[in-house]
Amino acid sequence: MDWLGPEGWQAVALSLKVSIWATLCALPPGIAVAHVLARRDFPGKQILNGLVHLPLVLPPVVTGYLLLLGFGPNGPLGRLLEPLGIEFAFRWTGAALAAGIMGFPLLVRAIRLSIEAVDPRLEQAAATLGASRVWVFVTVTLPMILPGMVAGAVLGFAKAMGEFGATITFVSNIPGQTQTLPSAVYAFLQVPGGEPAAMRLVVISVAVAMGALLISEAVSRRVARRVAGT
Amino acid sequence: MSLEVALTHALPDLALDISFEVPRGVTVLFGRSGAGKTTVVNAVAGLLRPDRGRVALDGRVLFDTQAGIWVPPHRRRLGYIFQEARLFPHMTVRQNLAFGRWFAPRGPGAEDPAHVVDLLGIGHLLDRRPALLSGGEKQRVAIGRALLARPEMILADEPLAALDEARKGEILTYLERVRDEVAVPILYVTHSVAEVARLASSVVVLQEGRTIRQGPATEVLADPAVMPTGVRAVGALIEAEVVRQLPDGLTELVAGGLPLFVPRIAPAAGAQVRLRIAAHDVILSRARPEGLSALNILPGRVAAIRAGEGPGMMVTLDTDAGALLARITRRSAQALGLDVGAACHAVLKSVAIAPEDVGGRPLGGP
Repeated sequence: MDWLGPEGWQAVALSLKVSIWATLCALPPGIAVAHVLARRDFPGKQILNGLVHLPLVLPPVVTGYLLLLGFGPNGPLGRLLEPLGIEFAFRWTGAALAAGIMGFPLLVRAIRLSIEAVDPRLEQAAATLGASRVWVFVTVTLPMILPGMVAGAVLGFAKAMGEFGATITFVSNIPGQTQTLPSAVYAFLQVPGGEPAAMRLVVISVAVAMGALLISEAVSRRVARRVAGT
Repeated sequence: MSLEVALTHALPDLALDISFEVPRGVTVLFGRSGAGKTTVVNAVAGLLRPDRGRVALDGRVLFDTQAGIWVPPHRRRLGYIFQEARLFPHMTVRQNLAFGRWFAPRGPGAEDPAHVVDLLGIGHLLDRRPALLSGGEKQRVAIGRALLARPEMILADEPLAALDEARKGEILTYLERVRDEVAVPILYVTHSVAEVARLASSVVVLQEGRTIRQGPATEVLADPAVMPTGVRAVGALIEAEVVRQLPDGLTELVAGGLPLFVPRIAPAAGAQVRLRIAAHDVILSRARPEGLSALNILPGRVAAIRAGEGPGMMVTLDTDAGALLARITRRSAQALGLDVGAACHAVLKSVAIAPEDVGGRPLGGP
């Protein structure tokens, strides 16, 4: 257990916590946005689409800085949320927010593709049988997009585990507070003799990423089989 | 109970202007592909919002642009049977059947699921997934699912189009059972004359987005002017009763006291059936023919003669079995000296009556 050192373990645990929260919180809005993009036509749809994809194309440092401006102690959103006990700046919650936003485009993309693959004629059939929009979504659309949701969630999770630029800009690199796995690797590489410790974290990083991919493949395949009904 | 439909709608390649009102029973929307039939049914179901119009079922307004009424599809209580069944692939047959029931109002008057399962012969399929069903089985489940949603009307959009001939006959039989045993009106879309002949009590004929004829099935099917599939589709509907099954593969019927022999049909002695006799299968003879291989000879009088385009004429013959139609050439009509009121015999080969043109008689029908 000691080969990683307390700081290393701290970083791994924090990264897992940050990534799990980021993914869980991004999932419901991700499904909603994917559904809107896949099924509705409205003015400004391309703008929404662009906004969602922005974190994918912006330099992560820019995203992190924008988050700091918005959610920092002096940012408009930060001040709005502070009385509610929600603080982001220089806390693990901020790391989760940054990770969630960076993973959001990947999550939305995967779910959107799977919603587009659902035959709208099945949703129509459900409506003629008496199901309102919400019930159609819950009983027909949602079960059929489960494989896409799993895939999207895993992609988002993997992105969150690897997120570095926006996180370090937004919440800095405080051991035990905001030092995620990539930040820890970076920190170890900055000090002389830190390379072996960095290498061990790299091994963990590869193992977690690989494991997540394998699990998601297996789950998606099983769910897809069940949904296809064969 | 009646269904009133009036709507105008501009599709990219068709301007729709439809208006009809039909009584309870099985109403068939009849017309070629592209006539706008599916658009009308989708507008009734609420899956398509027409530019203008009004749809009312038994006085209940589902849609009225003038009054600003739009009932969403899930509150219309119409059971829709689609061409491709549209079963939910992630549910078993049992769950598919239960889907509509879950949203249907409770209380007396609901169909008993066991009865519906029995009616459609799908008891052995309940635990299967739709992916493992044949086309005919899927369509039977779809019919059951629509029925169990406790609809106030069933909509069916060419439910047999995706099936092979053998399955078509099978599903038609189930649809006849639904018509006769479940007291729910049906709006049925097809371009098949055989399906109209077997199921319809009323027919609405659409052509290029317009209603060109509506009325009882017997009248509309006998009108060559409106038959969208051309003059070969024109025929008379005859009501008959099954007398007995003969050992040589024929079934003996009686219609208005006249015997009729047709290739073996399933209904037992005493059953009421309706058969379509296509006009181009009927031969006319002034004298009673002797030494002829045709088994069915019906005496009657010429009630009307209509000349069409080309060399053909349509002769309506009143017989004790009902009105028959015969399509003959102008030349034959002259040679026979046919005139309104002339006595005449209709001659019909038994094998010309296809079994798929024989169906049970609709209870609400003419």
